[in-house]
Order: sequence, then structure tokens, then C-alpha cells
Amino acid sequence: MTTGHPRFVRITHWLTTIATIALVISGIELIISHPRFYWGEVGNVNTTPVFSIPIPSSRATVPTGYGFTLPDQNGWSRSLHFQSAWIVLFAGVAYLVAGARSGHVGRRLVPARQDRNWRALRASIDEHRPGRLSAPPAPGVYNVLQRTAYLGVLFVLFPFVIWTGLAMSPGFTAVVPWSVTSLGGHQSARTLHFVSMIALVLFTIGHVVMIARAGFRRLMRAMISGHTEAMS
Amino acid sequence: MNRISRRSLLAGGVTAAVAAVGSAVTIAGRRFGLVPPDAGGIFAAGNTLNYAAHRLFGRNALAREFPRSMIAEKPFANTIAPPSEAFARHQAEHFANWTLDVRGSVDTPRPLSVHALRGMAVRSQITAVTCEEGWSYVAEWTGTPLSAVLQACGVRPSARYVVYFAADGWMDSIDIDEAMHPQTLVTWGMNGGDLPVAFGGPLRMRVPRQLGYKSVKFIERLLVTDTVADLKISTGVRNYAWYSGI
Repeated sequence: MTTGHPRFVRITHWLTTIATIALVISGIELIISHPRFYWGEVGNVNTTPVFSIPIPSSRATVPTGYGFTLPDQNGWSRSLHFQSAWIVLFAGVAYLVAGARSGHVGRRLVPARQDRNWRALRASIDEHRPGRLSAPPAPGVYNVLQRTAYLGVLFVLFPFVIWTGLAMSPGFTAVVPWSVTSLGGHQSARTLHFVSMIALVLFTIGHVVMIARAGFRRLMRAMISGHTEAMS
Repeated sequence: MNRISRRSLLAGGVTAAVAAVGSAVTIAGRRFGLVPPDAGGIFAAGNTLNYAAHRLFGRNALAREFPRSMIAEKPFANTIAPPSEAFARHQAEHFANWTLDVRGSVDTPRPLSVHALRGMAVRSQITAVTCEEGWSYVAEWTGTPLSAVLQACGVRPSARYVVYFAADGWMDSIDIDEAMHPQTLVTWGMNGGDLPVAFGGPLRMRVPRQLGYKSVKFIERLLVTDTVADLKISTGVRNYAWYSGI
């Protein structure tokens, strides 16, 4: 079995990382202009939110309880958000095409036949407990928990965050109305977009913690340069 | 095939593909009007992709319309400009002397009174105001399609953009596709009555396929133009993107 991260994995991994950081920063900046979340089609300061984030706002019309208004940063935030989203989309499509053609997704990400059960997954989770994590045999060789998590991020979380983002665009929903009606409306899409961002951030924290525990320098080097040396 | 030659082949292929796609996009963009007038600076790629994607796949798509039951009981007016003395006078006269002055690439430039606009084609639609900040509400909007106003003034085939100017100094612009779109309304009615001042009365441009900041309140002048320079766009990093369908 070949080890190490193929070049297309490394390139799309870092493009997605940089773009996702830009998306989270600009997304938080956009939330500051209206840190209230609603369910259904419509929502505004005259309706009841399902939850609010207790932060000051960049708009004086939002009742936050703070006596001041933050500066409006939405101009660059919106442009950065969409430009970064295009990078994620292109990197994702490139990854899926290369990953399918090379057999990478089927061979390294889809769990092996004997691992496709709860027992194997539970055993793998158990192996990740503090004090029990053993370093992977080589970079690019994934256990069943990694495979499940990566498949979930690739095929569930990222598609969902892109979908819920597009469902907020009035130009897009004019063409594909069911993209937003199936989610329960524009405000539901916005709330789900926020929740899926939280899920992505939580995954990233877990991912980085595991990398740190399994050997940060070695695994970072592997994802940057593609070196394949096994654990000495 | 060994690793190195496969890599160089891949790199060469990617470079060639990027160059080919880049030049094809530029040529097609100019030819089919897929490049927004504010394309420039570090966000040129993203802004162009947004605009091009929407114009390629949804030039004639209709914004979502809603059932009457979804009309908001308490729509949100957002901030309104402090009324000037001149505006207050118009308000006292119930806007009897308010006009929409149509100029530029039209055969018969002229001022149109609110009364004259009401006598032209009428369209009512229940659409959402969707603010870029994140909030939204639904209302019934009644007005004269901008396309009918432009046709009545003899819009010229060379026209590419419509710029609209508001009494409070605000201005914005849309391309001719958006201007001729059936849902783009010079709005004078809301929820069965006159359009309240808080919601942009006497005249508000409603562009339901784009976010709220394109739906400028208190409009009093239209400039139909063939040139980007008339849009008075600045492409600073902090500026809002000109196209706001996303």
C-alpha cells in the first residue's frame, strides 16, 4: 500500500484550509451586523429569534443591550466570503475528481469491509482516548474513525454548508427555489448555515488536537511536502 | 510513466487549463456581459464569478413570490433618512408634485409624476426584502414595472445600465437585464395602500432578485446609460459589491 499524501490532497487541503479560515472570519463579521437567528422564511427585529448571540452589533437598529455600535465591515466581508467560497468549491470539485479517478477516496477513505460496523468504530474511538492514542503507521493511512470523520466533512458538512449558503442568495433561489423551501425558508437556511459552520469549526479543533497528539511536526511536514517516512 | 514526468505533465496541464479558461472567460465575459462594472481589485474574481454565474444560469429567473398569508404584520422599516425641508413639503402635498425624472439613453426624456406612473402598467407581487445583514420580511409591493417606464420613454438599444438617484442623496444602479426584468418595480404601493415614507414612499425601486441595498427609497431621477462611468462606482476594498444577487 502506498503511503504519504498525494499532491492533489495536499494542494486542495491547504487551499480549503486558507479559504475556510477566511470564510469563518468574514462570516463572523457578517453575523455582527445581525447576531439574531430565526426559523422559517422571515425574521427581523420585530420577530422573535430562536437564539441570539450576546455580542454588540454593527447596526444601531439591532437591540443588543450594549450602548454602542461597532463599525460596518460588511463590504469587504461579503466579497471575501464569496471569493473564498468559490475557492472551496473549486478545490472540492478538483479533490473529488482526482480522488475518484485515482481511487484515493475508495481505497483510503471508505472504511475497509471488516470495519463497516459500530464495533469497529467504537473500538477506534476508544483508541483515541487520552493516553491511548498510538501514532498512525504512516501519513495518509487512516483508521476507521478518521475515515468516517473525513467522509462526513467531505460529503456531508461541506456540501451542506455550501447548500445553506446558496439558499440565502435571492438570485440563486430564483433559479432553484426548492434549495431554500426544502430547508424551511431563508431564515432557516441562515441558521443552519451558522450551525454547520460551528460543526466545521469543532471538527477542525478535534482534527488539530489529534494531529498535535500524534506528532504535529511530522504530520504537518507530511501534509506540506508529502514525505512518506514511517514512524521511527 | 514515472512520478516526475507525471508531475510535470500535470503541472503543465493545470497551467494550460488555467490560461485557457482565463482567456475564454475574459472573451466570453466581455461578449455576453458577464463582468460586473466594479470588477477590479482583490475581489474581482469572486465578484465576477457571482455575477457571471447568475447571468449565465438565471438571467430571466423570477424571484420567489409568497402567499398572502406570509405578509408581515409588522414589517421592519430599517433606518430612514431624516426628511429634508423639501421632502417635508412634498409630504405635506401628499407627493402631488413628486416626479421621477427619466434622462439619458431614451428618445423622450421627461419627468413622470406619481399620478402618471400609476396610470401606466401595474404589477403587484408578494416578495421578500432580504437585507445583506441577514434579516428579511415579506410584503405586497405594487408599482409600475421599470421596463414599462423605460419603454414609455423610448429606451435605446444601446442602453446598458439604469442608475437611480434618491432624494436623500443615495444612488445605485442595475444592469439592463435587471431593469427590464418583470419583477423590477418602480413601487408606489405596499400591502394595498400607498407606499409609506418609512418604506421608501412615494417611490422606491424594488429589485427582489437582489439584496435590500439595491431597493433604494425616495427615488426621484433615473439615468439610462451606455457607459460604466455614469455608475460612479468606486472599487475600494471596503465597498459593497455592485451586484447583490448573493
